[in-house]
Amino acid sequence: MPKRTDLQSILIIGAGPIVIGQACEFDYSGTQACKALKEEGYRVILVNSNPATIMTDPEFADVTYIEPLTVPMLEKIIEAEKPSALLPTLGGQTALNLSMELHKAGILQKHGVEMIGAKPEAITKGEDRETFKQAMLKIGLDVARSATVKSMEEARAAAEKLGTFPLIIRPSFTLGGQGGGIAYNKEEFERIVANGIDISPVHEVLVEECLLGWKEYEIEVMRDRKDQCVVICSIENFDPMGVHTGDSITVAPAMTLTDKEYQVMRDASFAVIREIGVETGGSNIQFAVDPVTGRMVVIEMNPRVSRSSALASKATGFPIAKIAAKLAVGYTLDELKNDITRVTPASFEPTIDYVVTKIPRFTFEKFPDADSALTSAMKSVGEAMAIGRTFKESFQKCLRSLETGARGFGGGGGKWGGDELPDDQIIKQKLGTPNAERVYYIRYAFLAGYTVEQIFNITKIDRWFLTQLQEIIQMEQDLKKQTLADIDAFTLRRAKQFGFSDAQLAHILKSDLATVRAHRKKIGVNTTYRLVDTCAAEFEAFTPYYYSSYGDENEILPPKGKRKIMILGGGPNRIGQGIEFDYCCVHASFALREAGFETVMVNSNPETVSTDYDTSDRLYFEPLTLEDVLEIYQQEGCEGAIVQFGGQTPLNLATALKANGVNIIGTSPESIEAAEDRKLFSAILNKTGLKSPAHRTALTEADALAAANEIGFPVLLRPSFVLGGRGMFIVYTEEEFKNVVRQAFDVMPDKPVLIDKFLEDAIELDVDCISDGDTTVIGGMLEHIEFAGVHSGDASMVMPPHTLGKAMLQTVREATKALARELNVIGLMNVQFAIKDNQLYVLEVNPRASRTVPFVAKAIGIPLAKLAAKVMTGAKLKDLGFTREQTPKHWCVKEAVFPFVRFPGATITLSPEMRSTGEVMGLDEDLGIAFAKAQAAAKPGLPTSGNVFLSVKDSDKTRAVELARQLETLGFAIYSTSGTAQHLADNGVKVNRLAKINEGRPTAVDMIKNGQIQLIINTPGGMIPRKDENKIRSAAYAHSVCIMTTITGAQAAVNGIKALLNKKVGVRPIQKYVGNVQLV
Amino acid sequence: MSSPKQGILALEDGSIFRGIAFGADATITGECVFNTSMTGYQEIITDPSYFGQIVTMTAPQIGNYGITAEDDESRLPVCAGLVVRELSPIVSNWRGQIGLHDYLLKYGIPGLSEIDTRALTKKLRVEGAMKCCLSTLPISDEEAVRLAKTGRDIKGADYVKEVSAKEPYIWHPDDPKNYNAPFLPVGTTMNAPGIPAKRFRVAAFDFGAKHTIFRKLIRHGFDVQVFPSTYTAEQINEYKPDAVFLSNGPGDPAALPYIHKTVSALLPNYPIFGICLGHQMLTHALGGTTYKLKFGHRGGNQPVKNLETGKVSITAQNHGFATDARSIEKAGGKVTEINLNDGTVEGLRHTSLPVFSVQYHPEAAPGPNDADPLFVDFYKMIEARKAGKI
Repeated sequence: MPKRTDLQSILIIGAGPIVIGQACEFDYSGTQACKALKEEGYRVILVNSNPATIMTDPEFADVTYIEPLTVPMLEKIIEAEKPSALLPTLGGQTALNLSMELHKAGILQKHGVEMIGAKPEAITKGEDRETFKQAMLKIGLDVARSATVKSMEEARAAAEKLGTFPLIIRPSFTLGGQGGGIAYNKEEFERIVANGIDISPVHEVLVEECLLGWKEYEIEVMRDRKDQCVVICSIENFDPMGVHTGDSITVAPAMTLTDKEYQVMRDASFAVIREIGVETGGSNIQFAVDPVTGRMVVIEMNPRVSRSSALASKATGFPIAKIAAKLAVGYTLDELKNDITRVTPASFEPTIDYVVTKIPRFTFEKFPDADSALTSAMKSVGEAMAIGRTFKESFQKCLRSLETGARGFGGGGGKWGGDELPDDQIIKQKLGTPNAERVYYIRYAFLAGYTVEQIFNITKIDRWFLTQLQEIIQMEQDLKKQTLADIDAFTLRRAKQFGFSDAQLAHILKSDLATVRAHRKKIGVNTTYRLVDTCAAEFEAFTPYYYSSYGDENEILPPKGKRKIMILGGGPNRIGQGIEFDYCCVHASFALREAGFETVMVNSNPETVSTDYDTSDRLYFEPLTLEDVLEIYQQEGCEGAIVQFGGQTPLNLATALKANGVNIIGTSPESIEAAEDRKLFSAILNKTGLKSPAHRTALTEADALAAANEIGFPVLLRPSFVLGGRGMFIVYTEEEFKNVVRQAFDVMPDKPVLIDKFLEDAIELDVDCISDGDTTVIGGMLEHIEFAGVHSGDASMVMPPHTLGKAMLQTVREATKALARELNVIGLMNVQFAIKDNQLYVLEVNPRASRTVPFVAKAIGIPLAKLAAKVMTGAKLKDLGFTREQTPKHWCVKEAVFPFVRFPGATITLSPEMRSTGEVMGLDEDLGIAFAKAQAAAKPGLPTSGNVFLSVKDSDKTRAVELARQLETLGFAIYSTSGTAQHLADNGVKVNRLAKINEGRPTAVDMIKNGQIQLIINTPGGMIPRKDENKIRSAAYAHSVCIMTTITGAQAAVNGIKALLNKKVGVRPIQKYVGNVQLV
Repeated sequence: MSSPKQGILALEDGSIFRGIAFGADATITGECVFNTSMTGYQEIITDPSYFGQIVTMTAPQIGNYGITAEDDESRLPVCAGLVVRELSPIVSNWRGQIGLHDYLLKYGIPGLSEIDTRALTKKLRVEGAMKCCLSTLPISDEEAVRLAKTGRDIKGADYVKEVSAKEPYIWHPDDPKNYNAPFLPVGTTMNAPGIPAKRFRVAAFDFGAKHTIFRKLIRHGFDVQVFPSTYTAEQINEYKPDAVFLSNGPGDPAALPYIHKTVSALLPNYPIFGICLGHQMLTHALGGTTYKLKFGHRGGNQPVKNLETGKVSITAQNHGFATDARSIEKAGGKVTEINLNDGTVEGLRHTSLPVFSVQYHPEAAPGPNDADPLFVDFYKMIEARKAGKI
C-alpha cells in the first residue's frame, strides 16, 4: 500500500526536557521521524520545549515550535497549523500522554486531527494496567497476579489475597515506574502504597505478585497496516526482575532461550500488539520467565517507540523510528528498503552475529542522601552500549565505555579493578541488594572463592552470565602468572577477544599502556573492525557502521578519497554531560560533510543522534578511551580529530591523543589545559587586565583550610578538571568547610582543589563565543536569574541580559575577546563572569563547546557549532559570513529540570554542583511571558491564583516583603511560618501562620499534599537546606507545586505571574523568529 | 591454562580456519554452509536436510541452553559437523538436559569453536557454498585441503536414501516420545485452535523429514502414515490416503528421478502438499527444473511474499537448491510465493489440481511460526476435494 495522500501535514510532539526515564533517545527517534516524513513530502509540524535537540533545528521540520508541552499551548498550535494528523508515538511517554489529553479534551476531534500510528483506544488498552491485564488473559497469555487499588483498605485486602510478600507496587500513569517499589513487609507495603496513590495522577496503584528474580526479556516488535509483524530485536536482562529495565544491564540478542521458548515469546508479542491494536509502528513488550518452571508472563507493553527501541535500532542497524514514521503514513514493511543492504526489504527480522551489552550510568554521587539501591523505579541518567563478537567482549567494552573508573571487568587496576577484597559481609550485601556496582562485587565474590551457584543463589543472575564473568576472571588469573614479554600471540589475542583493554592488561602484566600496545602490534594482535549489517553477513552491507573485535578479517570499507576528520562524542549521558554535547558533535559532522570532509564519529551512547548511522560518513560504536580512539584514528587515516564538542570525555583524552600523534584540530589541548590551570590562567588574566575573585589552590586539606581563612569566607571550594560542578561547594563557615573539604579532594584524587572567594549576591553571566584566531564573535550572553553560586547548568538564564547596562555588556565583550585571543581559541569558548558592585570578575573560562551552545544557536538562529567545526578545519568567520554579534529582539529564557522526585531523601537545592538533567526554553516578546513559558515547560508552571507559602533566610526578608505585597495585589493569599511570618506581619502583609514541621499541624507539607499551596518561595539559610525545609521541597516536587529557592528566582516568578494575568500568551514557530535580531 | 584441543576447517579453495575442537574426534568432509538463525542450533543439527553438510552458525554464542529431547527433529543428529564462534561451557535453561559437546560426542559428530564464523560466512557468501574438511584429529593442512577437494559433491548426490525411513510407520498421536502437543509454557494457552474432529489420512513421504512436520500434521487433524522415499505410487494407493505429503530432505533434488516419477503418478489422484525438498520434488514431477543457489537460504528471517494475497511472512528456510520459475510456469504450475531478498521461488501450486508446495518451512522448528496456517490450508483443500468442489 502506498503512502496516504489524504494527509497533508503531520504534528509531532517531542519528549520535552531530558529527565530520568526519558533521555535523548527521543531526540534520535523524533529526528528520524521528521526526516522520514519530510522526505515523503508531508508538512511536518514539530513541538518540543527542549532547545538542545537536533529535531528542533529549523531545517528538520517545516514548522518548529519551541513551546511548553501543555494542552493549552498545543491547542493553540493546532489552531494555528491545522495539521491533518498527529503522530503520538515518537515523543516518549510525554507525547503519548499529551496526545491522550488532547483526545480526551475533544481538541483533536474539534480540529479534525487524526491520530496515526496508535489510536486512543489502543493507547488506553496498552497503558491502563487493568485493561491490559484483561486483554492478555483474553488472548491466552499469562500475567502476574495482581489487583488495582485506589485506597489503603483495598490495598490491604489485595495483599491478603495474594498471600505472600514481597509484593510489587506500581502507581498508574507515572513515568519510568516512578513512585513504585517492592515491599518485603507490611510496614514497607503501607508506606509505598500510600506514596504511590499519592503520586499517581489517577491515584491508583497496582499491587502485584512479586516476580523478583525471574528472568526478564524484551521484544521489539513492528507492525504495518497489512498486519505484517516483525521482531526487530530480543533483549535479555542480565539483572533479573526487580530492577527497572532502564537500570538493568541488558544483552541482545536473548542468550538463554531455546528456539521453542523464543518463538512462543515472538508469537505472544504479535498477539499482544494485535490485541492492543497498535495499527502501525513499533512497540516494546516485556516478559518475565520463571527460571525454574519456564512460566512466562507478560509484564507490560509500550505502544510507542521507547528507550529500548533506540537501543534495538543501534544494536541491529534497523532504524525503528524512521520505519515507524513511514508505516504511520501508510507504507508497508515490504515497500520499504533496508538501508544497510539496499537490495533487501525492511520486511525481515534482523539477525546479528555479535553480542550487544548495555549498561546504565548512574550519578548517585550527586545525591549522596538518596537511596542507591536499584528497584523498579528508574534512577539511571544514561547508558553506554558496546558491541563485541562475544558477550565477554561486549561486556568488558561496555564497562570501560561507562567512564566510572573501571577499565573493564577483569581486574585492570583503577577503580573496581583492584585485587584487595572487601569484607565478606559487604560482598554479600552488595550482591543481595541490586546496586550500580554489583558486577564488581561479583568479581570480588569469585575472587573470594564463591561458586557460580552461590552467586546465583544470592543474585538470581542467570548462571550463563555468571559463568561468562567467571571465565573473564579466570583469564585474568591466568594472565597474572605471565609477563608481557613471554605472552604469545594466541593468548594475547584470546585476552583481547575476551574484551580486555590494553590498560587492563598493562595492570595485570605489570607493564604500561604504551608498552602493551607496542608489544601487541609487534606480535600481530591487531584490532579488526566488523560491520553492523542487520543480516549476519548474508548480504553485502553498504553502511559503514563498525565495532571493533579481534578476528580474521578487517571490514573497513575503502576510503572515498576525501579528507577525514574524527569527531569524538560524549559517551554515556550523565548530569553535566548530556544531549547538548551530542548536539554539538552532530552539528560538527553535518558541517564538515557539507564542507566536503569525510566524518568519522566515535561514541558509545545508544540514545544519541550522533550514533545514527546516517549522521556521519563512518560510525564507530566504541568506548571513548585512548586505546579505542587511537586505533580508529590510525586505521582510518584521519587527518584531524575534534575533541572540544563532546564535553569532558574527549577533553580528558586530548593530551594523550596528541602525545600519540593525533592532530587535535581547533583550540590546542595546551590552551584547554591552561584555562584549567590556576597559575597559567592567572597569568592570562593579568595580561588581559581582568580580575577574578581572590583564589588559591591547595594540595592538602590543611592547606585548603588555611587558604580559605586567608581569603575569607564565604568561599567556593572545588576540584579541578571536572564538569558539572562535581564536588563543588559554597562554604560560609570554617566548620562547614571541614565537613566538605574531603569530598572535593575525592572527586579528582592527585589533583589540587581550588578555593575562590565567593561573591555573594553577584550577577552571573555566561558568554559563548566563536573565534577563528583572527576574529572573535560573541554568540550570546546569558544573564543568570539566580545570583552567582548556582551552577550554570542549573541556573535559569535570560538572553539577552535583562538587568545589565550597555556599558557593562561592552566591557564583557571586550573581556571575552581578549580571553579568546590570549588562549588562541579556534572554535568555541564559554566564559562565566560575575558582576558585583559594577566590577567584572572572570569566574571560569572553557575553551570548548558549552552546554549553552544549542540554546544560543536557537536564540539567534545561527548554527554556532557548525560554524565552529568549519573554523577548526581552517575556514574563516569572514568567509562564513558571521562577523557581527547578533542579539535577539525577543526574550529567550532557559530553565533547568531536576530529578529530585526520583531520589527521595536527596537534598533539594540549587548549588554550584549541577543536579539538573535537562533544560527547556521559553520564547516570547515579553520577558514575563517567556519566563512563564519556561516554567510551564519545565513543569509545573506558574500559578495565576491561590496560596503562596513564603519562608526565606534572614538576608532575603526585606525583599520577601516586596514579593509578598506584589503577590497580595495579584490576588494570592500568603502563608508562612514563625520568622518570616512575623517579619511579613510587622511590615503590614496579611499572613496566615502555619506550624513549623514537628511543632503542630497543619504544616506547609499538609497543605501541599492537600493541593492548597500553589507557589512556594523558600530560600535556604545555610549551605544546605535544613531537614524541615527539605521536606517542604520534597513535597513540592512530589505534588508538582511550583517552587522557587532563590529570591531572584521568586521575583522573576512574580513578574511571570503578572504577565500571565495581564497579557496574552501566544505561540510562534522558531522559523518566524529568524532574523528577529539586532546587530551589535 | 590447560591448552585446549585444536581443530581445523579446510575449504576446497585452500583456506584454513583453526579453532578449538569439541564434540567427537573425527575427520569429516561435506559442504560447508551457514545458518543465520539466532536460536535453534539443536533443531538445525537434528534436521536431516543437513545430511552431508557442515553447518556454521553465524550467531556467536552457541550451546547456552543445552539440548533437550523434545526439541529433536529426528532420532539422531545427522549433520556432518558444526562450526561456532563460541561454545558455552554450561547449560542454562530450565529444560536443558545435556550439553551440546556431550551430545555431539555421543553421536560422533565433530565440532569447532572459536572460529571467526563471520569471516567464514562472508567467504561462503562471496564464493558460494564450498566443499570442506573438518577435523578434530591431528591432520596436516595439506591433507585437510586434499580431503576437502576430494569430498563428495552435493550436486548430483542422492542423500535422501541415507536418511529416509527404511520401513513405513505410523506417527503415533499419543506416543509421549513424539511430543505432539504444542510447546507452551505453563499458564500460556495462546488460544490454540482445537484439533478438527474429522481426521484425514495423510501419506507422508519421509525424504529426511523433520519431526515437527508430523507433529503439526497431527495437530491440524491428520493421521500420519510415514513412507520411505522409495515407495511407489501403487504402494501409496494401497494405503488409501486422503492426501499425500512430501517432506523436506537433503541433497540435490535433480538427482532423485525415482521420486519425481512417483509424485507424477500421484498428482492427479490426491491433494498434495510439499515442503522444501518436497516442493522441489513437486517441481520436477510437474516437469519443472531446479538449480543450485550460490550459498542458499538458511535462517529464520527470510521474507516471503505471497503473490496472491500480497502478504509477507517471515519464514524459516534451509535450502541450497531452488525451483526455476520459468520452468514451472511452462509446466503448468503457478509461482505463488517469492523470496523478497532475491526473488527466488518460494511457493507454487498447480493451476487446476489441489496441489501446492512451499520452499520454506511452515513447521518452523527452528524459526517463526508465521506460516503455520498452511497446514490449515492443506486440511481445507482435502475437505473441498471431498465435497467435490475441486
